[in-house]
Amino acid sequence: MSDIRDDRQYTKTHEWVMDNGDGTFTLGITDHAQELLGDMVFVELPSSGDQISAESEFCVVESVKAASGVYAPSDLEVVEVNESLEDEPELVNSSCYDDGWLVKFKSNDLGELINSEEYQEVVDSE
Amino acid sequence: MNKTCLNNQHIKLNGKMVDFGGWDMPLNYGSQIDEHHFVRNDAGMFDVSHMCIIDIKGDSSQEFIRFLIANDVKKLTFKGQALYSCMLNENGGVIDDLIVYYLEDGFYRLVVNAGTTRKDLEWISKQSEKFDIAINHRQDLAMIAVQGPNAIPKTYQAIPGTEEICKDLKPFSAVSIGSLFIARTGYTGEDGFEIILPEKSAEFTWKMLLDAGVKPCGLGARDTLRLEAGMSLYGSEMNESISPLECNLSWTVDLNDADRNFIGKKAIEELRSAGIKYKVSGLILNDKGVIRDHQKVITADGEGEVTSGSFSPSIGKSIALARLPIKSSGECNIEVRNKSLSAKIVKPPFVRNGKILV
Repeated sequence: MSDIRDDRQYTKTHEWVMDNGDGTFTLGITDHAQELLGDMVFVELPSSGDQISAESEFCVVESVKAASGVYAPSDLEVVEVNESLEDEPELVNSSCYDDGWLVKFKSNDLGELINSEEYQEVVDSE
Repeated sequence: MNKTCLNNQHIKLNGKMVDFGGWDMPLNYGSQIDEHHFVRNDAGMFDVSHMCIIDIKGDSSQEFIRFLIANDVKKLTFKGQALYSCMLNENGGVIDDLIVYYLEDGFYRLVVNAGTTRKDLEWISKQSEKFDIAINHRQDLAMIAVQGPNAIPKTYQAIPGTEEICKDLKPFSAVSIGSLFIARTGYTGEDGFEIILPEKSAEFTWKMLLDAGVKPCGLGARDTLRLEAGMSLYGSEMNESISPLECNLSWTVDLNDADRNFIGKKAIEELRSAGIKYKVSGLILNDKGVIRDHQKVITADGEGEVTSGSFSPSIGKSIALARLPIKSSGECNIEVRNKSLSAKIVKPPFVRNGKILV
């Protein structure tokens, strides 16, 4: 049973997005995604300041098993990346919703995000 | 799907179950990297009951096995001694790799891969037609591999009586007491035992091993461990169209006795005369990323292909085995996900007995 938090929104491609209340948002991958991938060994992150277009692959999480792209939910500007993941990629497994966050960004329009119930349906249908 | 007699234990221990060649097996019980480290530093165990145990009995059993496989069992002189060999087809290609134990005169035990069981049994049966021997596929037996620097002491702790019979056991040999068969072999590059026992005893023995502090480990860890140890995986490094000479297994082909004929011998001799063009080398990726199977390798001496790519938890970098042109050395490039990454060509093994060798 994968963990799905009510305090944030989701994408159909298994990312979560949290509104930080200060004009920025935080993004990571869901428990369902990290479970499927297994032990993370490398995380490729963009740089602060990067302008990313919607739906493009802007991070890569690589586990022993496979590499998986992480997609931008909307046009966004990266403001901060999680530097801890350089030495501790396993945080994405152990704490995907907290310490394993990937990037913080600014965006004018978040596009189509879904809530926790709708995301549960996405997971159930897989 | 087939299930081993330990299936309940895997579910109970939160095993992430996957279909492995038709068998319902645990990929890991949480973190495959933790399991890997535990084997290198302490003691882990694997349910390998899906592998196939074949007992060959009869006065002609030695003669038969000397014909069947490329290594020569005549050199097994003391009871329990074992060797590793390939079983070849007439073209010198590998049908399977296996371990054979000399139990006593007229009695040998083969352990072959799970994925090739049906093919192997059919082949062995066909090849045995001219020999007066009995072939017994031991489906009543289970197998647990206990591996790591503490594997042997923890096994002694878990199974009373084993220390007495195993204390003089040499590597690559086995001893039996009743229906318990303990071999000092493994697929991890660490010391340890592979314990063959009746199915009905397996669950209890597994629980006793857990109790003695042996950690259950899954197929994910098994693969990263064997890769670090430079050990081949049938289907990856070798298959029916590759001879042992082209995958660093020449040492398992015994041509010392000119009078011994074995299946594939002529093809092997012809391949040797023609010259071997490929070898299997190790690769270590210099940067971040993970090498994957079948990726193209570009060397100064020509192109090659990754046969087994993964991540080495002990080294902290991606490693691989690859088929390369025989003279390749030094640096090379691997095409990883649309990027050309640099890697170093090394001689396996990467890690043995907990030590990084490259």
